[in-house]
Amino acid sequence: MTIDARKTLVNGATAVQATDIQHALANAAAWVSLRQVTKKYGPVTAVENVTLDIPAGSYCCLLGPSGCGKTTVLRMIAGHEEITSGDVLIGDRRVNNIPAAKRNTSMMFQSYALFPHMTVWQNIEFGLEMQNISAQERKARVGEMLELVGLSHLGDRKSSQLSGGQQQRIALARSLVTRPQVLMLDEPLSALDENLRVQMRTELRRIQKQFGMTFVQVTHHTEEAFSLSDRVVVMSQGRLDQVATPAEMFRLPASQFVAKFMGDNNIFQGKVLHCAPDPGTGMDVIELGVEGIGSLYSRGYAVPVGSMAACSIRPDLMQIEPYPNAASEKPTPRANHITARIVSIEMTGYVTRVVLMEEKTGKELLYKSPTTAWETGSYAEGQLVTLRWSEGNCVFLPH
Amino acid sequence: MTQSKALRPYLLAAPQTLVFLFGLVLPIAVILIVSFWNFNGIATTPGFTLRHYIGIFTSPAYLSTYINTLKFAFLVWLVCVLISYPVAYYLAFRIKSTKWQTILFLICTVPFLTSNIIRMISWIPFLGREGLINKALMGLQIVDRPVEMFLFSDFAVILAMVHLYCLFMIAPIFNSMMKIDRALISAAEDLGASAFNIQKRIILPLSAPGIAIGTIFVVTLVMGEFATMRLMSGGKSSSVGYLIKNQIDSLQYPAAAANAIVLLTLTLLIVFAILRVVDIRKQL
Repeated sequence: MTIDARKTLVNGATAVQATDIQHALANAAAWVSLRQVTKKYGPVTAVENVTLDIPAGSYCCLLGPSGCGKTTVLRMIAGHEEITSGDVLIGDRRVNNIPAAKRNTSMMFQSYALFPHMTVWQNIEFGLEMQNISAQERKARVGEMLELVGLSHLGDRKSSQLSGGQQQRIALARSLVTRPQVLMLDEPLSALDENLRVQMRTELRRIQKQFGMTFVQVTHHTEEAFSLSDRVVVMSQGRLDQVATPAEMFRLPASQFVAKFMGDNNIFQGKVLHCAPDPGTGMDVIELGVEGIGSLYSRGYAVPVGSMAACSIRPDLMQIEPYPNAASEKPTPRANHITARIVSIEMTGYVTRVVLMEEKTGKELLYKSPTTAWETGSYAEGQLVTLRWSEGNCVFLPH
Repeated sequence: MTQSKALRPYLLAAPQTLVFLFGLVLPIAVILIVSFWNFNGIATTPGFTLRHYIGIFTSPAYLSTYINTLKFAFLVWLVCVLISYPVAYYLAFRIKSTKWQTILFLICTVPFLTSNIIRMISWIPFLGREGLINKALMGLQIVDRPVEMFLFSDFAVILAMVHLYCLFMIAPIFNSMMKIDRALISAAEDLGASAFNIQKRIILPLSAPGIAIGTIFVVTLVMGEFATMRLMSGGKSSSVGYLIKNQIDSLQYPAAAANAIVLLTLTLLIVFAILRVVDIRKQL
């Protein structure tokens, strides 16, 4: 499909003022709650003691590397996986022992799982047929859904004759047509190419907002989770690491794992040397002794002196300057600075990435600058520079 | 050099072509030609006559043999499908470990480790008048006289043929079912489908190509049967294959050839009919 044709489809889809479906779906939205949910496969614990509330009408992304248990959580909510212990609630209903078919949830599968022997129309109609809805109403609702995803003209096609993006829309229409209380999405965008992924991302968010539905999505893609969600849930090794809005999580990652998973953060591990209250912020300033580098100051909540911890600084919150520099004395006693050599400079588009190395410890560091700002400087690969950042921008990570 | 290169694909295809020509095309051509030859009760002489074909289509005895053959093909096929579909379903969907799937599938093939004549003969002491079943039934006082219908009957023929050919149905259905994406089953459950509807709307249509391939195997095998028919019916029932064998034994080559051609055509028509209904290409 050409880009123009795609645009028409998207605009066509937006143009549908779906008032009836909109009300039906918004009324259906339900909150989801997991209470101390654990899942074991024999001796292996896939999900451990997860407690999570997902408000009705919100978009929630479960983010984490493969094998972290995010898909298992999704499948337990949908009813495709038994719960070992704990409770899953949808709306006010405890659904532990209710089969998938009766949970009023709907799932969009990673591979879309469209029925290959049926047409697009039959695929969407299937769920309504299973609910014994009259032929007349089925016809109206399938038509409505096809219009919503902008593919009315493809009703007679077999699903194998569709492009990836079209299959994705049909899978979405099929999941929404039964008016589920919660829509579960299992890596819905992973099979699409980059451009289409960004476009479908926007569309998913639009449909979720338009209908005020509860969406729970699994992804391993940080950018995707951030751009879609009202709330991001980071998981690792079967546990929740952090539940926060994307902005909060970006600013204040709660653990080393989250900081690393968001990518690009510079993380320093060391021993806590000193904690002191930071006036006005309600937080503490923590001095961390990092081997080979010295003291680094960060802001967070106090932990016992002597414990091992870490701090993280975002690559765009550092300042770079040539070394040695006349003004290279510390502006305040708690500001951080480090001397490093530029290893490589990568112009990636809007952003220029600079990879550096601290020479005593061999630690690799990353600095990011808007390309327009970078071009005014005159740094070269192999040059020695000083990186500075304030303790206020440096996040203390207790574990 | 260039010439030998140009010849290479033909050389590579030659062995297969020769086997095909001498093993299939030539024999069938000879049978076709002989089916038009004359036979005077003693000797076969070259010529052109449609007598043997007309004989097949006008003789009630011949026609009833054809109908009997079709009846057995249908009944054996039906029993094979009814047994194989649940077996294949169980193997493909209910057995979760690949190891056990393989082991159980191999167990299905165990009967094929002995020759089919022996497998057939082994039914006789089991089904006969003095056989195990009759002894057991009499011992349990369910019947007071040996049941005759177990052996040398249509029942025995169907039983033996199902035993011989069921695997040819199980294997392709199992193969089709293994190709069904398990997410489709989850998706159907998710959309509210009952176990029955999942069978009817998802698994059955998606395993149709396997059923079609199995049908082709079973039907073609049963259509050509003569040994099982002879042995298990005790000569009471006849099939076209058995008829051809008798005609060859009494040196009526042209009549046998005509029957062979009609039987082949009939079988091919059934196969083409199946292929028209089900698209099996995805399975190959």
